[in-house]
Amino acid sequence: MSCKLNAVKVGANLHLRRLEDEAIHVFREACAERERPALLFSGGKDSIVLLRLAEKAFRPGRFPFPLLHVDTGQNFDEVLAFRDAKVAELGERLIVAKVEDSIARGTVQDETGPRASRNRLQSVTLLEAVDEHRFDVLFGGARRDEDRARAKERIVSVRDELGQWEPSKQRPELWQVLNLHVRSGQHLRVFPISNWTELDVWQYIADEDLALPSIYFAHERAVFERGRMIYGVTDAMQPGPGEVPFRTSVRFRTVGDATCTGAVRSTASTLDEVIAEIIAADVTERGATRADDQFSEAAMEDRKREGYF
Amino acid sequence: MSDPTHPTLDTLICATAGSVDDGKSTLIGRILLDARALMRDQLAHIEEVSARRGFSRTELALVTDGLRAEREQGITIDAAWRYFATPRRRFVLADTPGHVQYTRNMVTGASQADAAIVLIDAERGLTEQTRRHLAITALLRVPVVFVVVNKMDRVAFDEVRFEALAADARRHVEALPWETRLRFIPVCALDGDNVVERSTRMPWYDGPAVLESLETVRVAPSRLGAGVLPVAWVIRPQREDFATFRGLAGRLVGGGLAVGDRVLVAPGMLESTVTRIDRHVTGALGGQASAESGESIVVSLADDVDAGRGAYVVQGAALPEGLELRQSVTLDVAWLTTRPARAGMRLWLKHQSRRVQAKLVGVTHRLDVSTGATTATDELKLNDLGRLQVVLGEPILATAYAQDRALGSALLVDPADGETVAATMLVTDAG
Repeated sequence: MSCKLNAVKVGANLHLRRLEDEAIHVFREACAERERPALLFSGGKDSIVLLRLAEKAFRPGRFPFPLLHVDTGQNFDEVLAFRDAKVAELGERLIVAKVEDSIARGTVQDETGPRASRNRLQSVTLLEAVDEHRFDVLFGGARRDEDRARAKERIVSVRDELGQWEPSKQRPELWQVLNLHVRSGQHLRVFPISNWTELDVWQYIADEDLALPSIYFAHERAVFERGRMIYGVTDAMQPGPGEVPFRTSVRFRTVGDATCTGAVRSTASTLDEVIAEIIAADVTERGATRADDQFSEAAMEDRKREGYF
Repeated sequence: MSDPTHPTLDTLICATAGSVDDGKSTLIGRILLDARALMRDQLAHIEEVSARRGFSRTELALVTDGLRAEREQGITIDAAWRYFATPRRRFVLADTPGHVQYTRNMVTGASQADAAIVLIDAERGLTEQTRRHLAITALLRVPVVFVVVNKMDRVAFDEVRFEALAADARRHVEALPWETRLRFIPVCALDGDNVVERSTRMPWYDGPAVLESLETVRVAPSRLGAGVLPVAWVIRPQREDFATFRGLAGRLVGGGLAVGDRVLVAPGMLESTVTRIDRHVTGALGGQASAESGESIVVSLADDVDAGRGAYVVQGAALPEGLELRQSVTLDVAWLTTRPARAGMRLWLKHQSRRVQAKLVGVTHRLDVSTGATTATDELKLNDLGRLQVVLGEPILATAYAQDRALGSALLVDPADGETVAATMLVTDAG
C-alpha cells in the first residue's frame, strides 16, 4: 500500500493542474455562451471544489451565476451550516429550492414506507427551479468515475423540457471545443469535473486547503445498520423494527440526503488520513454509501433519464 | 514499484475502438482487472450479473457497457471514460463503439485521444469496421495508434498470420490521405497474453505488452512553436481594488507564453506586451512568470487593445508560419447528422472560443474508408468522411490540423437546432 501511495503522489500536482485547466475552461465557455447559468451547491465536497474552480475562472470578478441548493428538508445540519457560511464568505447569491415547497404545491408526494426517501423528489424541485428562474445551464459536480451511467455522460449534457437525459442521442464532444447551444425549452447540465476521480477531489482539497463540513471526517455518532449500509440516526432517518442503534466512529464519503447516504466506519480525522483510506479502499464511493444506486443494474441511468443530477 | 529515475509523464488519454466481437471490452476489462483498477463492488456487480444471465464466466464487457441498451444488445453504443493509474502513469481510457451508426461517439473519443487502440480479430482479419476505425484514427491524427491483434490463440499463435494482418493494416493506412504510424501487438485478451504480462506463448514477439506500451509512449508537442490564447472571457471586475484590471482569460494552446513577451492580438493585429499572467487572480501582483500550453490563465496586456471573446493573443511580433487569418477554408470532415451536407447550407463554425457564420460552398469528395479512394460527390451523408469548401462570415486564426490539433480543428453547428453536424479539420497547401 505504501508504494501505491508514493506512486500516486509523484507528479500529482501536474495532474491536478491539468484537471483544473480543463474545468476552468468549461466554466468560462459555458458562462460566455449561455445567458442564465446557475451552480448547484449542496455543501458537499465536489461542489466545494467547483466553487474554488469558479473563483479561479472569474475572480476578481463576481461569479456570473447564482448558487442553487435543492434542499430535501432532510439534509445534515452540519452541511447546511457549512453551506451558509461558505456563501457568506464568497459574497455570492444563494437560491434555495425546497422539496417541501413542491410537496405543498402538490407537484410531488412524499414517499411512504421504511425506505421512504426524498432523493427522487429532488428532480422535480430542481426542474421547477429551472422553470422559475429560466436557468439554461446548471453546473454540477458529477464525476464519471462515480457510476456506470455517469461514465457515459458528456461534460455538456443536453436536457429536454422534462429534464430527461437521452443517452443514445448525446452530442459528439470534440477536442476541447464545447457546443453550448440549446433549443428553446432545453437546458444544459455542465460537469466541469467529469474527468476527476474521488481521489483527485480529495487531493485537490488538500492542495488548495479547502474547508469541508465536519461529517466528512471521523466522528462518533449514533448509527444503525440496514442492508449492507450504515446510516446516521437523524429526525428523518430512524431505525426500524429490529434495527438496533449503536455508537461508533464513522465518516461520510458523500453528503446527500440523510435518508439515502450511508456512512463508512472510519477513524480518519484529518485530510491525510482520509486520503490514505481512499487509496487503500477497494469499494467505490457510491457503492459504499449510496443506497439509491443499489436498487437495480441501471439505477443511476433510470434516475438520470427522469432529470436527476 | 515506483521508479524515481523514470520521468513522470503526463496523463495518457487512450481511445479504444473495436467491436465486442473483436474482444475490445474483454481487453479493457483485463487491463483494469490486472492493473487492479476495479473496485470490489464493481467486480461483485459484474460477477453477479454474469451469473444471473447464465454466462459461463465473468463477462468483462459488463465493466464498460453501462447503459441498459448496451447490456441488452451486447454492444457498445456510447463512449465510456475509465480512469486508472499504474506506478508509472495515469490513464484515461475512452472506450468507443465500433458500429458505423455510432461513428460520432468514436470521433468524440479519437478527437481527445493521445493514443488509440484498434482491435483486429486474428481469425477474421480486417473487417469493414476495422478499416473504418483505422481511417477515423488517421483522420483525427491520433498521435500513436496501437493495432492489437487479438485472439491469437485461435490461430495457434502464428507469427506468419500476425505479420500478414499487420501488412494488410499498413497497406490500408498508406492508401489514406493522412500520415499515420501503426504499432502492432499480438494478444490473447481472454487469457491475458501480452496485455499486462508478456506472453510466453509468442516468443517470436519481443515488443512490449499493451499496458507497457501505453505506459511509455510519448506524445509529441504541437508543431506551432508559439503560444496562442483564444480569449474565452474578459475579466473586468467592478471593484475599487481592481479598478483598472482587465484580464483576458482562456486556455493557452500551441506553445508557451511569458510576462514580457510581445504579442499580436488577432483579428485586429494590434501589438502589445504581456504584463501579467495568473491562474487565480488574488492580489495586486501577477501570479506567475510564464505559462505552458494547456494552461487556463488570465493574461494582462500593457495596452488597452480591442480583445473580446473570440479574439486570439499570439506570442511574437509576427504570426508563426502556417498560422493565418482565414475566411475561406478547406476542411476534412466527419459528417455526423442525418441532414446531408450540400452546397448552400448555412451553419455556424466554432473555432476555439470564436463562433462565426459559415456557408458551405462545395463538397469536394467522399472518402471510401475501405479502399482510401476519393470519389467526387455533391453531398455527404451521415457518418461519411469527406472534404468541404467553406466560406466564413468573419476570419478565424487557424493553421493546418496536421500542424496543431487545437488551432486546426473546428465544429460545424446547425443553427436550427444547435446540434453539432460535423467534426472538421483544416487542410492547407502545407498539409
